[in-house]
Amino acid sequence: MVHLIWASLACIGIIYALFNGTITDVNEAIFTSGNEAVQIVIGLTSILIFWLGLMRVAEEAKVLKALNKLFRPLFTRLFPELPSEHRAIGYITSNFIANLFGLGNAATPLGIKAMKEMQRLSDGNQATRSMVTFLVINTTSLTFIPTTVIALRIQYGSAAPTEIVFPTFIASCISIISALIIDRLYYFKREKRKK
Amino acid sequence: MMAWINVVSLICIPLFVLVVLLIGTYKKLPTFDLFVEGGKEGLSMAASLLPYLLGMFVAISIFRSSGALDATISLFHPLLAFLRIPSEIIPLAFARPISGTAALAVTSDLLKTFGPDSFIGRLASTMQGSTDTTFYIITIYFGAVGIKQMGDALKVGLLADLIGIITAIIVVSFFFG
Repeated sequence: MVHLIWASLACIGIIYALFNGTITDVNEAIFTSGNEAVQIVIGLTSILIFWLGLMRVAEEAKVLKALNKLFRPLFTRLFPELPSEHRAIGYITSNFIANLFGLGNAATPLGIKAMKEMQRLSDGNQATRSMVTFLVINTTSLTFIPTTVIALRIQYGSAAPTEIVFPTFIASCISIISALIIDRLYYFKREKRKK
Repeated sequence: MMAWINVVSLICIPLFVLVVLLIGTYKKLPTFDLFVEGGKEGLSMAASLLPYLLGMFVAISIFRSSGALDATISLFHPLLAFLRIPSEIIPLAFARPISGTAALAVTSDLLKTFGPDSFIGRLASTMQGSTDTTFYIITIYFGAVGIKQMGDALKVGLLADLIGIITAIIVVSFFFG
């Protein structure tokens, strides 16, 4: 799936540019966007090192376990495949909490760790049911504090920069619930096909 | 409200660092060794991430800079107009799942043009806040662990985005309409 999307994005773009006369822009984009990706990864590297370092300490200090206990009933129900004592649940919980407080930078390394733990349980290069569910939770981005948006609104002189916080939270709640339902429907569809 | 949010978002990370290090020290753990050990893992993770991200970035920016993205958007124009989705918001709806930086650029452009307190401004803010860059998340999370077959992940993720966008329109109309 990703191969097809990746190749067609590039191919359609290049063919379109040939007819549209934007080939110089495309030429430039190939090099500048590569550079952009490197910049992002460099920015991400420092955050990854710091958070994974700190999370290692947190793990040994059993801080994750305490957080885990709080949210376990919710997440064991959402991730029935994972053993409820497993570390993956701990990382999923921490990722969720980081997102909830608008700490996207902290959430990413935790999410990657959660994925790694889930993969260790499955031993393959195929996305498991838990991975898909986890991804869906992340893409709907449930948050109390949409920091970037608030910053942007302040920058453009909004009279009430935080007025969108509550609507954003409601919208996220509705979309996360419907996304989880869709996720379940697809799962049952897959199961049916297997039989 | 703003002051409260500011305090929470300011204090959250340092407080977490403090709690972790205090508990670690109290339990007599070799905190710095553990930190370095975990940090090394972060370094190799970032290195393995780069090719995935770079490949995706280049393809997306070819698509965008050629004008094909704009052409696709105008193709969907009648349908969205029929669904009463304001056309000013369409570029954001398309950019949001594909590219975080592009979406942020579009949002900031909309806020500048229409004002943050206009209907479009509020809608753009809510959409930006309540959805995420599905492609980026899939690339990073699946790339980091080397998942080749992603099953229904992309389909479900994009459907979730669609729902998020529609929900944002309904919710904003309800609150501010």
